Amino acid sequence: MSEMSPLRNVRKWLDERFGWDALIAPLRKKTVPMHRLSYWYFLGGITLFLFVIQVLTGILLLLYYRPGANEAFESVQYIMTQVEFGWLIRSVHSWSANLMIFTAFAHMFSVLFLKAYRKPRELTWVSGVILLVLVMGFGFSGYLLPWNSLAFFATKVGTEITGQVPSIGKPLMIFLRGGEEVTGATLTRFFGFHVAVLPGLATLLIFVHLLLVQRLGISVPPKLEVEWTVNPAAKREMKFFPNFMLRELMAWYMALGVLGALAAVFPWNLGIRADPFVPAPAGIKPEWYFLFMFQTLKLIPPKLWLIDGEVVGVLVFGLIGLLWLLLPFFESDQPSRPKQWITGLAVFALAYMAGMSLYGHLAK
Amino acid sequence: MATWQNKFRPFRACWYLVVTAFVTLVVCLAYGQTTNSCLDCHSALPDPLRVSQEKFSQDIHAQKGLSCASCHGGDPTSDDPGKAMSRKAGWKGKIDRKQIPNLCGSCHSDPAYMRQFNPSLRTDQLDQYHTSVHGKRLTAGDTKVAVCTDCHSVHDLRAPSDPRSTVNRVNVANTCARCHSDADYMKGYSIPKDQFAKYRASVHHEALAVRGDLSAPTCTTCHGKHGAVPPGIDKVQNVCSTCHTFQAQMYEKSSHKEAFQAASLPGCVVCHSNHGISHPTDAKLGTGPDAVCMQCHTPGDACDQARAGLQSDLSQLDKAIKGADQVLGVAESSGMEVSEARLGQDQARDSLTKARVTIHSFRKDLVDQDIQAGLNIAAKNLQAGQKAMAERNYRRVGLGLSLVAIALMLLGLRLYIKRIES
Repeated sequence: MSEMSPLRNVRKWLDERFGWDALIAPLRKKTVPMHRLSYWYFLGGITLFLFVIQVLTGILLLLYYRPGANEAFESVQYIMTQVEFGWLIRSVHSWSANLMIFTAFAHMFSVLFLKAYRKPRELTWVSGVILLVLVMGFGFSGYLLPWNSLAFFATKVGTEITGQVPSIGKPLMIFLRGGEEVTGATLTRFFGFHVAVLPGLATLLIFVHLLLVQRLGISVPPKLEVEWTVNPAAKREMKFFPNFMLRELMAWYMALGVLGALAAVFPWNLGIRADPFVPAPAGIKPEWYFLFMFQTLKLIPPKLWLIDGEVVGVLVFGLIGLLWLLLPFFESDQPSRPKQWITGLAVFALAYMAGMSLYGHLAK
Repeated sequence: MATWQNKFRPFRACWYLVVTAFVTLVVCLAYGQTTNSCLDCHSALPDPLRVSQEKFSQDIHAQKGLSCASCHGGDPTSDDPGKAMSRKAGWKGKIDRKQIPNLCGSCHSDPAYMRQFNPSLRTDQLDQYHTSVHGKRLTAGDTKVAVCTDCHSVHDLRAPSDPRSTVNRVNVANTCARCHSDADYMKGYSIPKDQFAKYRASVHHEALAVRGDLSAPTCTTCHGKHGAVPPGIDKVQNVCSTCHTFQAQMYEKSSHKEAFQAASLPGCVVCHSNHGISHPTDAKLGTGPDAVCMQCHTPGDACDQARAGLQSDLSQLDKAIKGADQVLGVAESSGMEVSEARLGQDQARDSLTKARVTIHSFRKDLVDQDIQAGLNIAAKNLQAGQKAMAERNYRRVGLGLSLVAIALMLLGLRLYIKRIES
């Protein structure tokens, strides 16, 4: 398809000034492997698309949202009832946040099962896991912002768990809360983390993550890699631009449709205004993505030998998180000899997280 | 000298000293415990003379430092029963029932004495008791009537604020019922014996015993405590009005007050009864089995028409509130934000409650003011609910159109991919 003349002129203008053609040349050459599991490659793109939706809807919410214990709930209520399409923006923001965390988890497990974290992509994995932690941080900080009862007590419980970490726990909890208790100071802090600190860090890491993907290309499952090395003629690829990108665009449209449907049919609930002086509602639970950890901590006995059970739980989760981050460094360099125990561990982790989340959801 | 030094064991000497001190302490404590010789014997005697140390230690008098001798006299420090219970030592023996109020009053009517234990405690109980039916009958020689110990218990008497006390607010009705519901015991008295059974089925008992509302009335709330008497036919509304203030104000200005007085009818009790007061419903204004108006009024007269009008007004507001609730409920379950209208429904319900209170004026114009206020609020809330439902439908239509647009976009992309790849 021939380009229109004005567009060509703009491109020429850009090329003359900072070598546009040379800059996008790698993208033109970029290819995507084609095999029966290629559709898993869409998940990273969908997560990125949902992040962009988050940024855009977040900026729109900022036009009306007012952080502060006396105004936050009322301002969200105003957005939901009085602002034109405010309900849509807030509901899309909340649903998109949950979908983004889901797709980020799915992306991580697809990378695990396809063994895409192997050498030389260790740093891509590390940046991805840190991004997942940041995304969960977005969820935790954003959950409090409407200042409703459930969010207030979930934050209280969540920050209390942080306080269990030996020696640094208490100062960290006070730093997060802006004092001994969850108050308006906590809300202001969480707002700052949610709209300034976390987006800055996440944008930087997304840039690093994408740069690494671009530099290293897209991984092929080890079995296929061995097969294609032996028989290069069997290798099948498609161009990233426009073939894969157009398919990715289709996936984004589908995600947009799902988001719109969820927002229109199940607008995000506002809840009841937080009141620090009333007792916590019965059976208070965190958001679904923290549920497996929460339920595990609940099941640990209060005392393990002489140590507090919850402290042991928090430390064990911290250690598992660290090992998870360093997982690629335990993998074999040879695609012909992948470590099967890592796949087994991934299956167990997925089953454990799903099972414990379901148990936590059903438990009273 | 050297030999003595070798035999001296400083640690052993200290040990002997500690043992000696301990034995002395135990002996002293044991002696202290045996100073009340009354309990030494009475804790071993059979009922009704038995009073255990455990039981008496629960008594508020024992806790404040009083002993058996404070009421019964005698010398509790003597182990010899002859001396301990000698008239010389002031021993009174079993207190005669007729003397119990005066014995209790000897301390409880003395403000100077009582102030040292509880400065805010009243000291007019004995005076009040003498004005009560119980007190008057006792003076007249009837020893079956209640004296202090019948209600407050004896030897394990607790403060009324103690939930285990027989006169604690939640236990008072049971305490009164011990005599007043006992048909055999009450034989010879011309008062009903079913008050407690009726009270247990009443809205007041439900509030106090089931809902734990300690402001709900029990026997003493209406009859008085130490000066217990029936309120009297013409004074019933004064008793009820201590809690039901607004209803009483309306009734005071109503035509019914004069009519009831003229007919010697007991005010509130005529429509609501006394001990067995049930939860009032709008059916009281009707013509069915729960109706009360038509017990006096003639069908078709002006009052009957006014009654029908009042019932219809209440029913209209009740229906309007329920209608708005239903629409708001559906809107809420569809995820629409209607919390403001939900809150407004409480105002409409308040108007209905106010109208039900205003009924006691028996004036349709006054009731209509509350009804109209409630109807306006309910209509506004209904409108908010309907608007939310319209908005929900608008969103769904918008979603449908967006999904069609997305589907067309997907189809276009698919065709474009097919074209460039063919």
